[in-house]
Amino acid sequence: MTDKITIEIDGRACEAAPGEMIIAVADREGITIPRFCYHKKLSIAANCRMCLVEAEAGGRPFPKPVPACATPVSDGMKVQTRSPKAIDAQEGTMEFLLINHPLDCPICDQGGECELQDVAMGYGGDVSRYSERKRVVEDEDLGPLIATEMTRCIHCTRCVRFGAEIAGVRELGATGRGEAMRIGTFAAAAVGHELSGNVIDLCPVGALTSKPYRFQARAWELTGRDSISPHDGVGANLRLHVRRNQVLRVHPNDNEAVNETWLADRDRFSYEGLHAADRLTQPMIKRNGAWQAVAWGEAMTLVAERLKTTEAATCGWWLAPNATLEELYLAQRVARGLGCRDIDSRLRQQDFRDDTAAPLRPWLGCTIAELETRRAILVVGSDLRQEQPLLAHRIRKAALAGAGVGCVNPLELELHHGATQLVVDPAALPAALAAIAKALDCAPEGAGAALIAAAEPDDRHRALAELLRAGEAEQGGLVALGALAVAHPDYALIRALAETIATASGCALGWLPPAANSVGAYLAGALPQVGAGGVALEQPGRALDAMLAEAPRTLVLWGVEPERDLIDPTRAMAVCEQAEFVVACSAFRSPALETVADVLLPIGAFAETAGTFVNASGTWQSFQGAVAPPGEARPGWKVLRVLGNLLDQRGFDYTSAAEVRTELAEQCGEITHDNAARAALEALEPRLAEGGLVRVGGVPIYALDALVRRAPALQRTTMPRATLALYLHPQQAEVLGLEEGAEATLTQGGQTLTGEVRLDARLALGCAWVPAAVAGSERLGAQIGPIEIAGGGLQ
Amino acid sequence: MSFRTTPLTVAHDRDKSTLFTAELREAIDALLTRYPEDWQQSAVMPALTLLQDANGGWLTRALMDDLAVYLDMPEVAVYEVATFYGMYDLEPQGRHKVCVCNSVSCMLRGSEELIEHVGEKYGVRPGETSDDGRFTLKEVECLGACRHAPAVLVDKTYHENLSPEALDELIDGLE
Repeated sequence: MTDKITIEIDGRACEAAPGEMIIAVADREGITIPRFCYHKKLSIAANCRMCLVEAEAGGRPFPKPVPACATPVSDGMKVQTRSPKAIDAQEGTMEFLLINHPLDCPICDQGGECELQDVAMGYGGDVSRYSERKRVVEDEDLGPLIATEMTRCIHCTRCVRFGAEIAGVRELGATGRGEAMRIGTFAAAAVGHELSGNVIDLCPVGALTSKPYRFQARAWELTGRDSISPHDGVGANLRLHVRRNQVLRVHPNDNEAVNETWLADRDRFSYEGLHAADRLTQPMIKRNGAWQAVAWGEAMTLVAERLKTTEAATCGWWLAPNATLEELYLAQRVARGLGCRDIDSRLRQQDFRDDTAAPLRPWLGCTIAELETRRAILVVGSDLRQEQPLLAHRIRKAALAGAGVGCVNPLELELHHGATQLVVDPAALPAALAAIAKALDCAPEGAGAALIAAAEPDDRHRALAELLRAGEAEQGGLVALGALAVAHPDYALIRALAETIATASGCALGWLPPAANSVGAYLAGALPQVGAGGVALEQPGRALDAMLAEAPRTLVLWGVEPERDLIDPTRAMAVCEQAEFVVACSAFRSPALETVADVLLPIGAFAETAGTFVNASGTWQSFQGAVAPPGEARPGWKVLRVLGNLLDQRGFDYTSAAEVRTELAEQCGEITHDNAARAALEALEPRLAEGGLVRVGGVPIYALDALVRRAPALQRTTMPRATLALYLHPQQAEVLGLEEGAEATLTQGGQTLTGEVRLDARLALGCAWVPAAVAGSERLGAQIGPIEIAGGGLQ
Repeated sequence: MSFRTTPLTVAHDRDKSTLFTAELREAIDALLTRYPEDWQQSAVMPALTLLQDANGGWLTRALMDDLAVYLDMPEVAVYEVATFYGMYDLEPQGRHKVCVCNSVSCMLRGSEELIEHVGEKYGVRPGETSDDGRFTLKEVECLGACRHAPAVLVDKTYHENLSPEALDELIDGLE
């Protein structure tokens, strides 16, 4: 049924697909039909009745006006959206909708951008004929993100359908009947889904609005500016709403290839971090242990001098993977111009044994949109919904479309779709992959040869192997490595085994890029073994593990908070303290940075600088600065331009970020992303021994980067395993003699810390989950690594 | 987008064999055979009736939550059904339910008189329970017995063409 048919709307001939609804055709043609409950991404409810139109099919008029959202087109159908009969029906519906809706737009947060208000302007009467009492509905507290004023609700049920169909969890429902019907949770619970903020956009009235933005501004005071989300690898398209140089809220821009029409709450509410009290607003120099605000010239001269006089081989650059492409490119240009090769942006990785073979231009493995058409997806080492909320949504769509989804993880994920989950001891992750490889009849070759040879696959491994094989039959499977796999001490082994599995099952090898510019960092050359343009360097520098083992004498930190953003915060802080000179370029000042740095240079955060992020699909998404950085802070690429000039390096005369991007784009040439290994690896020994307890430090969804960690509303949400504690499987706790709420002493990286025990049956045995990047976690060692636990707190 | 989206199923982390009693589980399982696979949620209405009858005529949050687990559905979807229909009660009820229809036909034929009469004689208004816990008076929507209005549903039995005296007799006959 792909044949096109022709229908007529308001006298205009329109092409349509059979089975399409009238409203979808009208929307495409730009013909306005008023509506409240219809939404292109949700199922059809047809309960608001606002889209009533007059129609005739086969020469026979329908006896009554029909809802355009729920009437499929047929060949030769004629639709009148503005005929007297249609208008009459629409006005009648409007009058009914307004019966119980408060007429106090001036005190409503949605006033001025309300679909009901807009439509009422066109279809509502001037005077209400209703003189009885209006109904009043009690508000519910839906948590720190969504404000409610349920009296304004017109029962379109978009929010309810969003929960059931997009989020996959029914948090909201319509309870009661008739006038007593209300939208809410009934159980008075806060909504906790990571995409829940989308109901704010979906709500056509002022019933569900943004709590942080509540009563901050009116729609007409705001200027819209396009931007790109600086968090996960999706690079959601944003519309920043700005007033008087302040970002007041964030809305999504539609982009089917990236975020469709959704935003994760992290993308939507992280802007609050821009207004944090600890923004760095002036260049600062530490003199005799005290911080002094200085002029840019003085600070830059000092930095240039120190960089020039330091020995290049003892200088290290740590670049945040959510810095813009321009910043990363210029930073590595400055560093390499000085002869310094120790550059790394893989701050949450500890195994670099395969750097000589690892891909130079890795990516998701398919485009983001293609993810939902994959027939089999195996997720390895990823707390999927926390790491990649929007990719998780695409994977859910694939699962609902019939794809097999499998996971190999140290915890059982809470997924709202069918999935075959293999929960393994974190130390046994490579062995589990080897067993799947053996179930796929792989020969014991490559880095994991010994493990494959020793593997004894059981039914669980064979089930996952079958799942991937089924994907191959239909040409489209993906084996995707997540952030927990990357942080694993045996990542090289995991990557090699995943590739073996992917090759044997005919699937693509994938990677879930954890930060906004993780893919871009390779293209910009922000890695020790990769140069600008994503090319292999003959003389690679030292990777992060070497820099953590042997401290560089001079350190440049770009957008990095060493106590939060690094795989091993204890080690990172020690290295920073050992370094003789530390320059921190940052949008925020933190006590840790003030302790270890010698110079603080204020750079613009997200929304304050022009730049480019390369998302998981390999799409370059550029944006302009929406607001000026606070105080003396400057966009990062300008700081690096000045630094390049002060160091007498050539070709630092850029006049715009676009020029930097163009230069890099030329070096990249025709980009082909590929996750395949460049060379065969020799056999690797697992570093993590099975049998002991292994700390797994997942990064909670709202602790990913400096900006989101400073967004107060997001910090008030309750997400699983988000606060510092020792999370254990009940059986594991029993073995250790620990109970829920008991105190335990954690020893890792030579440090000890007291943590509260929380029981979580989703975790694997052998796994001691202690989140990373949250307050207190800086006192522990590697994100994934051996840990010792003793009962009782520190004495 | 289609009209018919299969209902959202939720796999709850609870052991179904510990819910309710063995007899109730058997009865619900028998209901499930009436519906197609993937649509076991359709059994929510008769199942709620079973649970309500077994619980002295009303439903608790815990019972509704358990049923959600048993039928693999979101809790709120059970609440929606239980709050929509008049025959489910979410508060403790008397030993019997006297449900007076107050839709158009019954109202024209004197159902309001019946309600008033019960209020005067027993001191029980719609939604209230008699002091001795014998019965709860409910005002309900159309019982579908318009031909012999006014109609009253006492527990599960229809009584038609009622006068206040006839209703008295019925109520007095309740245990």
